[in-house]
Amino acid sequence: MGYVIEGKTGPWEVVIGLEVHAQVISQAKLFSGAATAFGGEPNHQVSLIDAAFPGMLPVINRECVAQAIRTGLGLNAEINLWSRFDRKNYFYADLPAGYQISQYQHPIVGKGEIEIELSDGSTRRIGITRLHLEQDAGKSLHDQHPTKTLIDLNRAGVALMEIVSEPDMRSPEEAGAYLRKLRTILRYLGTCDGNMEEGSLRADVNVSVRRPGEGFRTRCEVKNVNSVRFVMQAIEAEARRQIAIWEEGGVVEQETRLFEPGRGITRSMRSKEDAHDYRYFPDPDLVPLVIDAAWVEELRRTLPELPDAKKRRFMEQYGLPAYDAGLLVAEAATADYYEKLARGRDPKLAANWMIGDLFAALNRTGRSIEDPPVAAEGLGELLDLLTDGTISGRIAKEVFEIMVETGEGARAIVEKRGLRQVTDTAAIEQAVAEVLAANADKVAEYKSGKEKLFGYFVGQVMKRMAGKGNPALVNEVLRRVLGGG
Amino acid sequence: MSLTDLTLAEARKKLRAREVSARELTEAHLRAIEALQPKLNAFITLTPELALAQAKAADERLARGEALPLDGLPLAIKDLFCTEGVRTTAASRMLENFIPPYESTVTAKLKAAGAVFLGKTNLDEFAMGSSNITSAFGPAVSPWQRPDDPRPLTPGGSSGGSAAAVAARLALGATGTDTGGSIRQPAAFCGIAGIKPTYGRCSRYGIVAFASSLDQAGPMARTVEDCAILLEVMAGFDPKDSTSAEEPVPPFAEALKRSVRGLRIGIPKEYRVEGMPPEILALWEKGAAWLETAGAEIREVSLPHTPHALPTYYIVAPAECSSNLARYDGVRYGLRVPAEDLTEMYEKTRAAGFGAEVKRRILIGTYVLSAGYYDAYYLRAQKVRSLILRDFTEAFREVDALLTPTAPSAAFPLGEKMDDPVTMYLNDVFTVPASLAGLPALSVPCGTDAQGLPLGLQVIGRPFDEEGIIAVGRALEESAGFAARPALAAQE
Repeated sequence: MGYVIEGKTGPWEVVIGLEVHAQVISQAKLFSGAATAFGGEPNHQVSLIDAAFPGMLPVINRECVAQAIRTGLGLNAEINLWSRFDRKNYFYADLPAGYQISQYQHPIVGKGEIEIELSDGSTRRIGITRLHLEQDAGKSLHDQHPTKTLIDLNRAGVALMEIVSEPDMRSPEEAGAYLRKLRTILRYLGTCDGNMEEGSLRADVNVSVRRPGEGFRTRCEVKNVNSVRFVMQAIEAEARRQIAIWEEGGVVEQETRLFEPGRGITRSMRSKEDAHDYRYFPDPDLVPLVIDAAWVEELRRTLPELPDAKKRRFMEQYGLPAYDAGLLVAEAATADYYEKLARGRDPKLAANWMIGDLFAALNRTGRSIEDPPVAAEGLGELLDLLTDGTISGRIAKEVFEIMVETGEGARAIVEKRGLRQVTDTAAIEQAVAEVLAANADKVAEYKSGKEKLFGYFVGQVMKRMAGKGNPALVNEVLRRVLGGG
Repeated sequence: MSLTDLTLAEARKKLRAREVSARELTEAHLRAIEALQPKLNAFITLTPELALAQAKAADERLARGEALPLDGLPLAIKDLFCTEGVRTTAASRMLENFIPPYESTVTAKLKAAGAVFLGKTNLDEFAMGSSNITSAFGPAVSPWQRPDDPRPLTPGGSSGGSAAAVAARLALGATGTDTGGSIRQPAAFCGIAGIKPTYGRCSRYGIVAFASSLDQAGPMARTVEDCAILLEVMAGFDPKDSTSAEEPVPPFAEALKRSVRGLRIGIPKEYRVEGMPPEILALWEKGAAWLETAGAEIREVSLPHTPHALPTYYIVAPAECSSNLARYDGVRYGLRVPAEDLTEMYEKTRAAGFGAEVKRRILIGTYVLSAGYYDAYYLRAQKVRSLILRDFTEAFREVDALLTPTAPSAAFPLGEKMDDPVTMYLNDVFTVPASLAGLPALSVPCGTDAQGLPLGLQVIGRPFDEEGIIAVGRALEESAGFAARPALAAQE
């Protein structure tokens, strides 16, 4: 049985669908030549078209269309060779034309699907209903002036892809996994940077609840949730709210709601009665978007390897378990790092070092895989020293920490600090003799059958040798000396 | 012959022959404007300094023998074309003080061809009207008068200021825009020629939008030849307008030399509407007879959906206008009436900025696009629109061009027909079908009514066959020999 919420009157299933707005990576806006970089001075990236001056006309940006097609291909979706732009009419101060140009009836991308992985190792397919291109609005700044609202149009006209899922998700975890997977795909494709903090990826969450086996009940839309964690929290909060209403004999009304992370609740934004009549109609300033099938094929050919394919390849080529491969392909940059590191080395050892030590170091230093404290070449050098026996595993961990701290190379650290592993049997024998001499009582105990103490002797020898003793040799000498004694 | 009486083609010859300078020509027109503008109100904004500077530059090029296609020719620009640094009002309070920092493609082409801009001409507010009465700056007045009736007449609309200016010899030619007849009807009322090109022939970039799927810029001048000369400069593909056509621009003036011999001219029987004045019917028959004499074959054709054209137009055009005019919200430019909150600011700004006719059309357009009405009105209108286009496509299998009257009457006194918008809308009954079908059409002055007011005939052609309608228009012009002068015309 999957995820259910136990109500007072029995179990409830949650039904979730996501509408994700992804800002397209492009130099220029969807219908104007203005720049799209984040964080520009307010109103410095605005063309006369974006500001809807009289007589200004939209002209579609080919690169934005290419990005939408790439994304559609990445979502295993149908590409509609004929699509159309409509006007969505409503008044708002940061919507200069009084309408948003969007694809209401005829989106550029149709049905597709993506596969998500859950923590129990299972996978599920989530359907994509459609993807369409539309313009973003500007921003209303309500906190810049005591009585006035200021408008920043930098974002006005920037291309967005609205990616609508089927109501296929049944738990907050699935919604989180879907959103993360979608983000990974978009980042692999280079069509959206997936940055939820800066708002380049935003999610509207549709939630309803039902008794297991029932048809759909009324859904509510929670608007503009801006992190994976909040999406998961918002679903749970909204599901519990709806369950409480149904269980008290009430009826859930279809409405648009907002999630308040601080209070962990959703609150009403507008009800169905207040819903706008957007008066959609085909934009007469634009002709239908007709795409050449050959262009779609060209884009398909130049698509990068996507996470699912890469994961399969990592499992086959490097013999990695699914879990490790999944972690390594989550970001294209991580996968690239891994492949650089694993080239000519033990792939499992490389994976362990990345997933363990490197990821921990990234977390601790707050740095990203694109700007790691230790580059793949550096970590590779360390692994080589480990593999050829120059240093022990314990020393390797130590050297890695110094690399993170100082940025020095592994070989240089080992040489400078004299960390080279001791393989000189005489030196090891001497250390063993000293340890055994200092622990005569324990030797006696060992010999009378307390064999656990072997590990203690190993530790003492290593300690005496400052960790540099070759562990295999230390073991061998100890066993010989103790056994023969 | 006075300088203001020259046709554009004649003036061009004299300029190139250095018989007259651009400065002299411009000054003559500026004097004419000074004399008649108070009576005609043909212009909203005059730009004499700009005109003289352009004339000076033209004279320098002419002196060097480097004449541009329209060098030194004084034109009037409908105040719907955005002109860089020159106020552009669309005859609305909303844009009363709006000075665009950009130039429309059509006016940029005219400027680049050396034309001299005398000023911005009056129109119905946002080009919505057929009489000029909806202008926020007061209507332009026709230079024509009835001999026994002192009431000022309408120059037609919406390009009434351009028509009045050209007819009164205040400019050699003018730009107009035509959404449902706004070039052809005022041309007919003022006794001049005007061409509405195929939709997509001229760029709409920088023209204040009324109804995007219908709006089209075109020339207005006293002869078909002058219109052809202007159109050649105005037309052409523009990457800034997604609906502009990637069609080559032929030398339109060459088409003037074409004979109509052997052409098949269609007379659409559905245009013989009830209540049409007999003199218009007579003129229409005369026009057909002239073309027949010139060697064309006259055929009756049927355009069965014609009766639905006007209601279709009055759904499509307001629907688009209701959306196009949403940008006039007081936020970024144009009129703003301050208020306590955003909604109130919208309401006050739009209440003060728009006139009654514009408001009426915004309301109609909002209504026909509303949930629950969209299918019954907008969607159905789109279907009828495609049927109207099909009518024409089928007719053009049998004929090469169509001949119709331009308007169902001669000019009427200003203020008449104002009580009932539907009566006013009937003015467009003959011009609207070609607009809905996106076809090229021209109006050419072919005679006068009993009171001496001009009447025009319309020629409608196949898509992008402006050359065809220019040839037919020229033949009509030649046979008609229209030589009447308006009562108010420059006296130089």
